[in-house]
Amino acid sequence: MTALGTVFLQTKDFIYAAYIVAFALLIYGMTGLTGPKTAVRGNKIAAVGMAIAVVATLLREHEFSGSGTVWLILLGVVIGTAVGVPAALKVRMTAMPQMVALFNGVGGGAVALIAWIEFRHHFGGGYPLRVEIFELFGAIVGSISFWGSNIAFGKLQEILPSRPIKLPGRAQTVVNVGLFLVAVASAIVLSSGTHSQALFILGILVVSAILGNLVVLPIGGADMPVVISLLNAFTGLSAAATGVGLDNPVMIVAGMIVGASGTILTNLMAKAMNRSVPAIVAGGFGGEVSAPVSASSDGRSYRSTSAQDVAIQLAYARQVVVAPGYGMAVAQAQHAVRALEKALEAKGVIVKYAIHPVAGRMPGHMNVLLAEADVPYDLLREMDDINPEFPRTDVTLVIGANDVTNPAAESDPGSPIYGMPSLEVDRSAAVVVLKRSMASGFAGIDNPLFYDPKTSMLFGDAKASVTELTAEVQAL
Amino acid sequence: MDSLVILIAVLVLAGFVGYTVISKVPNTLHTPLMSGTNAIHGIVVLGGLLLMAESSGFLEKLLLVIAVAFGTINVVGGFLVTDRMLEMFKGKRREEPAAAPKPDGSEGS
Repeated sequence: MTALGTVFLQTKDFIYAAYIVAFALLIYGMTGLTGPKTAVRGNKIAAVGMAIAVVATLLREHEFSGSGTVWLILLGVVIGTAVGVPAALKVRMTAMPQMVALFNGVGGGAVALIAWIEFRHHFGGGYPLRVEIFELFGAIVGSISFWGSNIAFGKLQEILPSRPIKLPGRAQTVVNVGLFLVAVASAIVLSSGTHSQALFILGILVVSAILGNLVVLPIGGADMPVVISLLNAFTGLSAAATGVGLDNPVMIVAGMIVGASGTILTNLMAKAMNRSVPAIVAGGFGGEVSAPVSASSDGRSYRSTSAQDVAIQLAYARQVVVAPGYGMAVAQAQHAVRALEKALEAKGVIVKYAIHPVAGRMPGHMNVLLAEADVPYDLLREMDDINPEFPRTDVTLVIGANDVTNPAAESDPGSPIYGMPSLEVDRSAAVVVLKRSMASGFAGIDNPLFYDPKTSMLFGDAKASVTELTAEVQAL
Repeated sequence: MDSLVILIAVLVLAGFVGYTVISKVPNTLHTPLMSGTNAIHGIVVLGGLLLMAESSGFLEKLLLVIAVAFGTINVVGGFLVTDRMLEMFKGKRREEPAAAPKPDGSEGS
């Protein structure tokens, strides 16, 4: 390339033009995600947009070539690729929520580190306050997101107990609000000019880190879909704020898209649970209720059944609805469920899947698992579509789902999940619940469905039970 | 016009664009949406690239290498995992590794 050409490629105008192409591709790629058929291409287009943004940024690096910068960048990229690629290629679909949490965390960590370095460069003033505000926002939120995501990862990976861990009573809220105020106060002191800036920025990062830990620790596993989307939104917004600080439009656009998407998903999830986002973040849901889990102490009885009986019920049904939950993910039973569906279809039974918006540990978790097992997506019905179908359903098979099928959500004002829209499985002619034992669901809430005379319980590992059912159905 | 004002205008407009585009994504695709947008916020890696040149001293360089590595994990891992998921929605069978090792936590800093 001629010297002239090189110079042209390195002008600010050219780089900015490349940025515009990059964010246009990111947005265009995201529009592809609106349908399963265009989604693969959409994701690839977005990846190309990202690549253009990175290359355009590297063009600027000519100013410092020879100072070892290129090698350091390469080192970071190589380490990141070496860690990220194998993780992404090997992770099982059932482990997707923790993978997303982890990727989200490293993103937040990068934001926090970048904000820190930005400040180190501008110690001693010379930086406009209004830009500092955005960067401090990035530092606080990025740090919260990093640590919060790590805790979420730990809980989902079961390194940490997934039950709520919190201080007694309202102490937790007081501590959290206090920490947040300390972070904000430090940010104000820092931006109004102080002699110990190095100390303050570090203090902000540390306080936000503690806050990130304390905010997610009290949140129970069942609320993870909300937390993960919220942290995703946080990282996006902090990336956008960093973009303002660095005068970089593509970072702003990309960050805001993520912020918007995370916010939408968070609200959808919270709505699906009939709870407010602040109430979920306050945490501890189910912690108090779960203490005396009196499954059958009040004299109610449940009916246990065998795979043979259920197979007969299923094979002679006209319509069967499968309501999957986190238990299906844990048992990795999605392929077995698909095999059962095929066996039933071969007998002329109509099979549909009832997907509750918060079933599983992240938004759309069940859809991914069933897609992995090759279930056609037109068999997957959302809650509002499937609920009117239950009265016409002969057998509903509840596989590892609990709270999302709890009739108390509709009928018992005393229940902690009263008002949460649920799958009305108890309206079908018969219900078969596949469960390990009579232990209550994650939220520790008693489920009257299990004691319904129409309900029979098939105990055991979901995968083993479903496989057995399939064999029995095929033998009929 | 002040460049900060322009940047904030971009910020606000991008928020609305994001909201409009993402609202149309069906429930079925919410997990891929989440991991796809997750990859997109890996754009912070640009911050690491930009600052690397200005950085001085071992600490700053070390932190930036970590930041770039984090950002790269975020971008590369995010897009790959989303691609894997979306291929499944297309209904094409792909070989699923039977027993994958757990993703290693890279929390070090």
